[in-house]
Amino acid sequence: MTRAHDAGRRRFLKVFGTATGALVVGLPALAWTPDELLGQNLIVLDPYLRIEPDGTTVIGARDPEVGQGIRTAESRIVAEELDADWNKVVVAPLDLGVTDVGGEPHWTYGHQIASGSTSIPAAWNDLRIVGAGARELLLRAAAEHWKANVDNLRTLRGEVIAADGRKLGYGELAEAASRLKPDPKRPALKTPSQYLLIGQDAGDVDARDIVTGRQRFAIDNWFGDVLVAVIARCPYPGGKLAHVDDAAALKVKGVEKVMTIPPPDPARPLGTQPLAAGVAVLAQDTWSALQGAAKLDIQWQPGPTAAVGDGALAERASTALLGEPTKAVRTDGDFAETDKHAHYHFKAEYRIATVAHADLEPPSALVKVDSQRAVIVAPVQNPRATFDTVRRLTGLAPDRIEVKLPRTGGGFGRFLETDYVAEAVMLAKAAGKPIKLIWTRADAFAHDTYRPFSVHHLQACADSKRNLTGWTHRIASTSRLAGREPRERWWLSEMHPDDLPAGLVDNLQYAWYALDSALPRGSYRASSHAVNAFATECFIDEVAHGLKQDALQFRLALLGEPRKLAYRGHGGPVLDTGRLAWVLQLAADAIGWQKHETSTHGFGLACHFTFGGYVAHGVDISMEGRKLTIHKVVCAADLGRVVNPLGARAALVGATLDAFSTALRQRITVRDGRIVQSGFTDYPLATMAEMPNDVQVILVPSEERPTGGFDMGFPSAAPALANAIYGGTTARVRQLPIWPELLRLL
Amino acid sequence: MPQVPQSPPTTIVPEPIRRGIDVAINGQHFRHTGDPDLPLLWYLRDVLRLTGCKYGCDDRSCGACSVLVGGKLKRACALSMTDVADQGITTVEGLADSDGTLHPVQQAWIAEDAILCGYCQSGQIMAAVDLLARKPKPSDADIDGIPNLCRCGSYPRIRRAIHRAALAMQGKAK
Repeated sequence: MTRAHDAGRRRFLKVFGTATGALVVGLPALAWTPDELLGQNLIVLDPYLRIEPDGTTVIGARDPEVGQGIRTAESRIVAEELDADWNKVVVAPLDLGVTDVGGEPHWTYGHQIASGSTSIPAAWNDLRIVGAGARELLLRAAAEHWKANVDNLRTLRGEVIAADGRKLGYGELAEAASRLKPDPKRPALKTPSQYLLIGQDAGDVDARDIVTGRQRFAIDNWFGDVLVAVIARCPYPGGKLAHVDDAAALKVKGVEKVMTIPPPDPARPLGTQPLAAGVAVLAQDTWSALQGAAKLDIQWQPGPTAAVGDGALAERASTALLGEPTKAVRTDGDFAETDKHAHYHFKAEYRIATVAHADLEPPSALVKVDSQRAVIVAPVQNPRATFDTVRRLTGLAPDRIEVKLPRTGGGFGRFLETDYVAEAVMLAKAAGKPIKLIWTRADAFAHDTYRPFSVHHLQACADSKRNLTGWTHRIASTSRLAGREPRERWWLSEMHPDDLPAGLVDNLQYAWYALDSALPRGSYRASSHAVNAFATECFIDEVAHGLKQDALQFRLALLGEPRKLAYRGHGGPVLDTGRLAWVLQLAADAIGWQKHETSTHGFGLACHFTFGGYVAHGVDISMEGRKLTIHKVVCAADLGRVVNPLGARAALVGATLDAFSTALRQRITVRDGRIVQSGFTDYPLATMAEMPNDVQVILVPSEERPTGGFDMGFPSAAPALANAIYGGTTARVRQLPIWPELLRLL
Repeated sequence: MPQVPQSPPTTIVPEPIRRGIDVAINGQHFRHTGDPDLPLLWYLRDVLRLTGCKYGCDDRSCGACSVLVGGKLKRACALSMTDVADQGITTVEGLADSDGTLHPVQQAWIAEDAILCGYCQSGQIMAAVDLLARKPKPSDADIDGIPNLCRCGSYPRIRRAIHRAALAMQGKAK
């Protein structure tokens, strides 16, 4: 039984008493709700925070956990401002928070998405207030109990402490606190010097469940009476079913039904519907469904446009880059004129392969749909997009759709899409039974929203004093916004006008050229930052070497005096060149850059500004014959204030190794209009033996606002590795993946 | 009170032969009477709901489904129920003591926070348990021999966790 106490419109926190005497606090976001929406404040919310009489403090974690450590970090933020005893904290994942307001969804928990390292900045804005508001109520409850002045009370680790040393536990105060009206004022937040949890290491809150096998990932859930579905999908983009014979499949014991899934509607955005036409086998268990799918006799009719591989796309790019750009992204000064009069000229072409997400947990979806409600349990990075897809397919009212947010075995952008959820909902509706849809590993490779392919033409020029005076970067890529947004917006995901060296070089051109491809593309860790930083940071290295300058000093000189440049994209509004120079210097010092000229090892550096975070990598390698050894890696990062350094280090090391793994050998290829790769055998993830032992993370102490940190460690890692390979071999690798190109050059 | 029969029965109807495959999983006995070709992976996951054993690939390459069969490290996806008949099987759910005390490898994983997404970790833990049974003091090269894949890049923490567990287990043995 919950009961709202303050029905006022301009309430700041929503507080509930419960029959068991618990204090329940929710709803921070509505303080910022525009006036016309204030009526919606009256909706009843599930709690972010519940304090039980025994002191157990349940903190709701709203953002999807995909390995970025958000459940831990955001509950630490709430616990900090509450002054909770962390040992009494239980973290409970929340569902998508949605209610029905006049037939439209109203999002009750604010930020709920795992994308672009945005969860921590959002939590910093509003979740601190949840904790602080509850703390204030507990203080006031204690003041009433002791008839004391609230200003003479303080809190520490789950207790209110009076001036004379008397103490009351939060659990003892919870019931009284739940009867208080929250103060309409914004509660006072701690000053950083008062932090006990923020900035201290915290292990993952799910660790014990994970090491004991009890943690339920998305794929580990069931409903009663469920049919397991496995789908044979058309391997040709836009293709359709020509013929199917399901007789053998239906003879498999356990198989109950075979159903078809129509091809995607070209008029509907990619990612909101199935990626391919399919034939689904519904069975009593996974093994029967898999066997049934294998026994389907299917002929597919290819779509109007055949998928082509990176080689063919590169040829198209060469042609495209000769013409006018689709979008002139930025033009400063006059590059052509400057180049004409320059002393030094540089030119290079970089090529970035199409890659797949390869999350270790494949897509799946457990779905129950009837006329009254839908329940969805799936790997989900974007719960609202999932909700939208389910709503469109079911027509259910907003509060009839439950989107669960189970822990997920990776994300990296794949689970921002909802194609697999759409498949399961369509099957559940048609079959009239709950569906547990399983994707095989081969399915996941054949039907991904791949990272775009790109070709980069770079040019630079320098004056007689070896100062960089001109720079152009022209990108031809298969934009991931194709199939989702109008063509004039496609460049937005592919090139950022304020990425460096813009603002550092007087005569600069950024331009983007559209490449068409029939393969679906989507978001991938750090998005185009990852590929553009590779081209930019490797080319800067080339220019430095060409000008016979030290690659570190050249970069530092280019970054110049610390100053704030305008940055219009995600991570802005400013880019502080001093913060980037500092992490670069730290990485260089820690990798031992001063010995790069005398050592037999190869050393490489790179830095990049991603989503508000400043990261530099230093890499130390050696090549003996065809054996690459990565001896040491340094990742120096300025992510603003770090909520959980242990988690941030895990994310930065992980991003570094993931970037190496992706850059070294991963690529998606196409033969006869279909994807070749079907497993980790032909799409190799790096193993422990291939990856360095020694990955040092340097976190810059900072008082700046937290940026989060899952994506930031990715973009500069691969160029630092390629630059180190150049240092060790003089082979300039201008392609991702690195390995096949390096073997060709050696 | 039941009556004790005074004389033996005149006819004996033999029980039907009980068909099926017997396995002992984490010390509990089960009889599988379904498809003998059913992979152990799907028996554990779909039938017993022991979902610590993860599905990750179709070609034994990822190791997310690693379990111990007769004390040996195996891929549950690559074994049929016939293959494991009459064997003792340990999954990640069976590593801790019945009182909840975690296996030193599990403790080391928590201490080193070797988690990230966590999906591969039960397989990594089983591989580490197997390695430490064979090599109580593993070198870095020994640890490099573990082929289990981690997409997130938790390898350095896994390595530290294995060294930590090795130390803890040696301390216990003394």
